[in-house]
Amino acid sequence: MDLFNNLIFGFSVALSLQNLFYCFVGVLVGTLIGVLPGIGPLGTIAILLPITYSVSPVAAMIMLAGIYYGAQYGGSTSAILVNLPGETSAVVTCIDGYQMAQQGRAGPALAIAAIGSFFAGTVGTLLIALFGPPLADIALKFGAPEYFALMLMGLVAAAVLAEGDMAKSIAMVVMGLLLGIVGTDVNTGAQRFSFGIFELTDGIGFIVVAVGVFAVGEIINNLGDKQERRVLSTKLSSLFPSRQDLRQSWGPILRGTGLGCFFGVLPGTGPAIASFSSYMLEKKLAKDPDRFGKGAIEGVAGPEAANNADAQCKFIPMLTLGLPASGVMALMLGALTIQGIQPGPQVMTQRPELFWGLIASMWIGNLMLVVLNLPLIGLWVKLLQVPYRLLFPAIMAFSAIGIFSVNNSGFEIHLTALFGVLGFMWMRLGFPLAPMLLGFVLGPLMEEYLRRAMLMSGGDPLVFVTRPISAGFIIVTVLILVVMIVPAVRKRRAVIAD
Amino acid sequence: MNRNFLESKDFWSGLMLIAIGGGALFIARNYQFGSSLRMGPGYFPTVLGGILVMFGVYFAIAGLRSGAEPLKSTWSLRALIILPLSLVLFGLLIDRAGFVPAMLALIVGSAAASAQFKVVEVALFSVLLTAFCVVVFIWMLGLPYELITGIW
Repeated sequence: MDLFNNLIFGFSVALSLQNLFYCFVGVLVGTLIGVLPGIGPLGTIAILLPITYSVSPVAAMIMLAGIYYGAQYGGSTSAILVNLPGETSAVVTCIDGYQMAQQGRAGPALAIAAIGSFFAGTVGTLLIALFGPPLADIALKFGAPEYFALMLMGLVAAAVLAEGDMAKSIAMVVMGLLLGIVGTDVNTGAQRFSFGIFELTDGIGFIVVAVGVFAVGEIINNLGDKQERRVLSTKLSSLFPSRQDLRQSWGPILRGTGLGCFFGVLPGTGPAIASFSSYMLEKKLAKDPDRFGKGAIEGVAGPEAANNADAQCKFIPMLTLGLPASGVMALMLGALTIQGIQPGPQVMTQRPELFWGLIASMWIGNLMLVVLNLPLIGLWVKLLQVPYRLLFPAIMAFSAIGIFSVNNSGFEIHLTALFGVLGFMWMRLGFPLAPMLLGFVLGPLMEEYLRRAMLMSGGDPLVFVTRPISAGFIIVTVLILVVMIVPAVRKRRAVIAD
Repeated sequence: MNRNFLESKDFWSGLMLIAIGGGALFIARNYQFGSSLRMGPGYFPTVLGGILVMFGVYFAIAGLRSGAEPLKSTWSLRALIILPLSLVLFGLLIDRAGFVPAMLALIVGSAAASAQFKVVEVALFSVLLTAFCVVVFIWMLGLPYELITGIW
């Protein structure tokens, strides 16, 4: 069987000593920053991108992916122990997880979170392996109009489904597209927005934007908030969930995984949507909904499975279509481009070791996380006591070294500072940042595809609706917009956002 | 008309978008626009800049009319000024003075962006962190930077 052979091939790649090492480093760093509030996977991946120059593409992707899903595990640890979501994905886990911890059941809560995440991660990995190749096959037949329509759909969906103000999300997508234009126009060689600055002729560095906005801007934003942390001092009695815990949890884990996979492939839906939906579903299905909010294990199991399934399935559109469904995926796409690999359906056939190795490593990484997380919980709790006033200068130092090491350019450091200020301003004005990054990554590609499509059709914009696949994307795009503008739906979104 | 529009998030959002979109339109006015068939370098920037300005006008009007959401007041001007400046300092120093002075300036500088700045602690921390970075990045990973320009 093909799938079986491919997976074995993947494991043979992922189990090489070098790749195992990068997988381990990734999940360890991911857990670490997941535990710590104030630095997320976006900032970390951005800071670590320059390091990936020196390693093989497979190892680079394995490590970055490890950081991403490792952060999900770490986020739930601090949510349960300290009532502080280390990551946005863990906000829901705080509700019942912290209550369980206060009742002396932190151990089972952490264990169920880990088991649920592991199960969801396994299913997600299998789904990618199953649906990746056929999707890529379809995508290989796409021409320029299809790609343009697909990207348009992805961007609109990402903007509309993202949490927060829809108009602001769309404006940020456009902002990203505009920033992506800076530099030399590939078609005509004309300089655009480069102000005669030599360093800008190649465009604004992807790492500069990502680190500036997600690391520097985030820190400026955090420094305005009052920092306080309470660390739970109660001892972890027993880690193992009781038989009853397990009986109550397997249903929510299954349903959470399903929800997470569904939301995972939709662009723009953050993990918070998946875990929130799972929590609401479990509460509705429960015989005694009163227990929720008072330490119900279902309220930990379901959402934790959901957010991890969501994280894994976000890889499907990225790996098969070259379409990033979230900010982190945009970074992964950027990492591929840095390695000289053009993302898209051809990756699977031209670089099979990359696709299957990455998939296999995700399963291995999830296994490592279960093993790693539970015994090391004491260490993570200690880490939470590192004060932010020492943490952020260290982040700044690593960011600066990372950016400078790319081109040895002081100018790019200054540009990073500028993007830090811009990022802070956008955050304070309520503009979401991930849509901007998606636009920035896709901008040059979209312009290219649009031009090619127009040349193909002789300047007739109808080409997008006369070709069936592209017409399908356009119809979905319009449907998404129409549905979201209906006021009733908007009202419900506002409730969810609160 | 909302009298407190200067405190409205939407109003400032609108101004920001108009400024950036308008700036893009202004600069791109000299780029060849081309036609839909053969798009010039100015086509995409002009369209995108125009969309941004439209969004900007929408938000500015919304802010003037109701200004539903006020700007959050808890932000740190100190951080907004000092943190980017410490990066700029790093960028200037690393070419001129070397890795060690640039790192020290960046760490001390960014630490000073926090209101919880403690002199002794930061002094100690900056030395330790700089030493750590020298060991890891220069000696182990082999980044080709002079520690102190002209001396090391």
